[in-house]
Amino acid sequence: MSAAAVTVRPPLWRRLVGFNLLTACVLGVGGWYVGWFAAHGVAGKSIAYFSSIDYNEVSIILAYICGVLGFLIGLGFFNYPLARLRGYPPSLRAKENEGVGRYFGLCTDHKVVGIQYLVGIGFFLFIGGLNAMLIRTELLRPNHQVFPAGTYLTIVGLHGTMMMGMMTSGILGPFGNYFVPILIGARRMAFPRIEALTFWLLMAGGVILETAIFFGGFPTGWTGYAPLNVQSYPGMDCYIIFFALVGISMTLLGLNMIATIVTMRAPGLTWTRLPIFVWGVLTTSALMVLAAPVLIATLGMALLDRAAQTTFFIPSGGGSSYLYQNLFWVFGHPEVYVLALPGFAIVLEILPVFARKPLWGYRLAVAGLLGVSLLSFFVWQHHLFVSGINGDVRPFYMLSTELISIPTGFTFICGMMTLWRGRIRYSVPMLFCLAWFFNFLVGGLSGVFLSDVPSDVTTHGSFFSMAHFHYTIMGGPVFTFFAAIYYWVPKMTGVQLNERLGKIHFWTMFIAFNSTFFPLFIAGFLGQPRRVVTYPLNLQFINDWVSASAFVLGASMLLFLYNFVRSLVFDRVPAPVNPWHSKSIEWQLPSPIPVHNFDRIPVFSGDPYGYGETTGPVAVPAGAPAGSD
Amino acid sequence: MSVASADRTSEPNHAKRVLVVWAVASVIATPLVAIFVGPLFPPGNGTEQSREQGLSNTWMVSVLTPVACLLLVFFVYALTQFRHDGGAIIDGPPLRNENRIQVVWVAASAVIVLFFAGFGTYELLQNGSGGGQGPSPIAVPGGHKLQVQVIGQQWTFTYRYPSYGGLETPQLVVPADTLIELHVTSLDVIHSFWAYELGVKADANPGVDNIAFVKTKGPRSFHIHCAELCGLWHGYMFETGRVVPQAQFASWIAQQQQTFAPVAKYLPAYATTYSPDPQRRAG
Repeated sequence: MSAAAVTVRPPLWRRLVGFNLLTACVLGVGGWYVGWFAAHGVAGKSIAYFSSIDYNEVSIILAYICGVLGFLIGLGFFNYPLARLRGYPPSLRAKENEGVGRYFGLCTDHKVVGIQYLVGIGFFLFIGGLNAMLIRTELLRPNHQVFPAGTYLTIVGLHGTMMMGMMTSGILGPFGNYFVPILIGARRMAFPRIEALTFWLLMAGGVILETAIFFGGFPTGWTGYAPLNVQSYPGMDCYIIFFALVGISMTLLGLNMIATIVTMRAPGLTWTRLPIFVWGVLTTSALMVLAAPVLIATLGMALLDRAAQTTFFIPSGGGSSYLYQNLFWVFGHPEVYVLALPGFAIVLEILPVFARKPLWGYRLAVAGLLGVSLLSFFVWQHHLFVSGINGDVRPFYMLSTELISIPTGFTFICGMMTLWRGRIRYSVPMLFCLAWFFNFLVGGLSGVFLSDVPSDVTTHGSFFSMAHFHYTIMGGPVFTFFAAIYYWVPKMTGVQLNERLGKIHFWTMFIAFNSTFFPLFIAGFLGQPRRVVTYPLNLQFINDWVSASAFVLGASMLLFLYNFVRSLVFDRVPAPVNPWHSKSIEWQLPSPIPVHNFDRIPVFSGDPYGYGETTGPVAVPAGAPAGSD
Repeated sequence: MSVASADRTSEPNHAKRVLVVWAVASVIATPLVAIFVGPLFPPGNGTEQSREQGLSNTWMVSVLTPVACLLLVFFVYALTQFRHDGGAIIDGPPLRNENRIQVVWVAASAVIVLFFAGFGTYELLQNGSGGGQGPSPIAVPGGHKLQVQVIGQQWTFTYRYPSYGGLETPQLVVPADTLIELHVTSLDVIHSFWAYELGVKADANPGVDNIAFVKTKGPRSFHIHCAELCGLWHGYMFETGRVVPQAQFASWIAQQQQTFAPVAKYLPAYATTYSPDPQRRAG
């Protein structure tokens, strides 16, 4: 930025006009009211089939759809298609805006989208975490005290839905978008506008989900089972639209990643040289592309049941409540691996750097990722062991569910043998990765109980299963999410994160996490069902212990936030180009990475794990790396 | 880059050490866990089914103890022995693979997994393990059965006894030492009938007859919860049931029939499922 550039900057109000987040919010709210009034004109009063509550589902649904369209128009997503219709040639913008403003609008630079994702997802992760704090506040006493029962269920639903929906992109969004093109030696994603769309759809969805509280909330939890979802307040529509947007975003994100990884790898980057993180992204994307469309279709049917008098899921109208359960879990079980798999990949990506050894058993690790993603499509009815659906195929689902622990074990053995005889350094990213092993071990072993039908009869729907999936999808992905933050943010921003605060954050989070969720196994075994506002008196000690630990866990997140803001905004200690002495290609680039990544496309000569071998870095970008243009 | 560390000739035999510690730890821990932790596993010894679930839990925790021991011993050893704090960055030996370890690992995990699947299937087919099996159960224990229907609705369970004229009561009382055939259904949304001490859990789906079996033992009381989120008062959908001696059960039935005689004629005829008018549901 030269002085000349500053003098021609237009006034602030002029810069706020245009296709950006502000316009998008205005058009989004405007579009909401347009849809609302239009549908009231067409549909009149309530036509909800079951509900005697005087709400007009059609107008609420149409309002949200028009709101989302207005939001996207405001961001400028329709400019390019319209320009193409008017005969302009297909092109990306020659040069991205360099200012801060690019973070508040449609940007096709994958690195900007990555940072947008990090902040956006982080924000909603925080909101979801606050809901968890409210849940634990309510459960301090066995009788209900703080929230009315309906509000409590809404909070439980908002927590679960936000986490399960938003965090599907928790690692692929920020780190996949940012680092996959770099790791494969490309300058951008295959579909940069779609990449931006996935992010903004998710943000629109997150806000829509939270607006459920203005429409009576929803009582179904994150699973949204029918027919309960048909008799619920219009807050249910917010849930449906949120999850449908998440589904669309996931599908597009997955397609984009697959296209990028398959077609845009630099010369020399064969499949066996691909960084394991990219393999993780690829397998996760395959799950997203295959599973998320089922979710969109299912929610479409639920929407019609609510608004248009169809009876897909209503037994008294000829439908089936099993149909919803089946369809939901056909999506839902691959979805939990969408959450977990990127975590596996991050652990295996980071371990070699800090153990100073090559990734052990590369092919086995890839086979593990592929095996988990394949098997994850064949286990969904273990969520329905006691539902009475297909009682005679339970042995099959018991077997397939237990089989999935074999490829999961591949990740374990590869990680463990990578540590073996290494020169391990305990930096913060490494600590989070090691915690993954402990958490996932507990989560995996407790999963064996749930996969066994006789044992599942006791544990199903209790706090045991709740503790199990928090160990696997919080102890797994969220810990690796932080590992990735501490590992890669110095490259993304060019600024170091405070190591000491990072270690305090890690130990607080790790201890508080285990202190929160381990006792819940016992609570579950003692018979406390999930999602209840009350519990027996003899469980109060466990619940109070858990609540206290949960508050410490929440405080550890504040500690992280403090570290993040302090390091990035106030301290701003410049990070070395390669602080971890990694051989991977992203660390050979200057930080922050220039807009087009590489002046010349690099040529790869091996995988990025050549520690202890005489090879140099995996690939040296040709040409001078300095300068941003 | 330094690769000097690759040839550490005075290296102790790490693998042997880990295996010995693991073997000792497993041999000590596994019986302790099986003997002392096993009996603590829920849901107790109230029925055949709950005893069997407890047995499953005990078996699993006993087999998983050596697995957990292996990983814990490995990590404690590796993270303490191979830590490197010095300022210089030194690389470890470039070990990229060893087929023998892969084969052993895969084979061992496959054996454990197949054991669990086989054991679980065997247990399941014995007597259904107390889980809901749907309208055509595959694991049907032999012998005389007392049919009891459980009807879930927002937000209570009611119970019908078809062998006593379709009597419907708001309490669950069942005779001791009897094989009970539970028919679980719902009038509105999905509930889940969970009788904790009986070791029974079966979802109540509208329009579905979900059958579960339980063989009661001696008299006792048990907790009933709804285990599937069913709307506003789900958290309050709990009650206490009783297992009573046979003679007491007969007198209880007679007393209930007398109590509910005035309303009996308004009840729908006993059926495996009911289809209420959707406009007249609760909530």
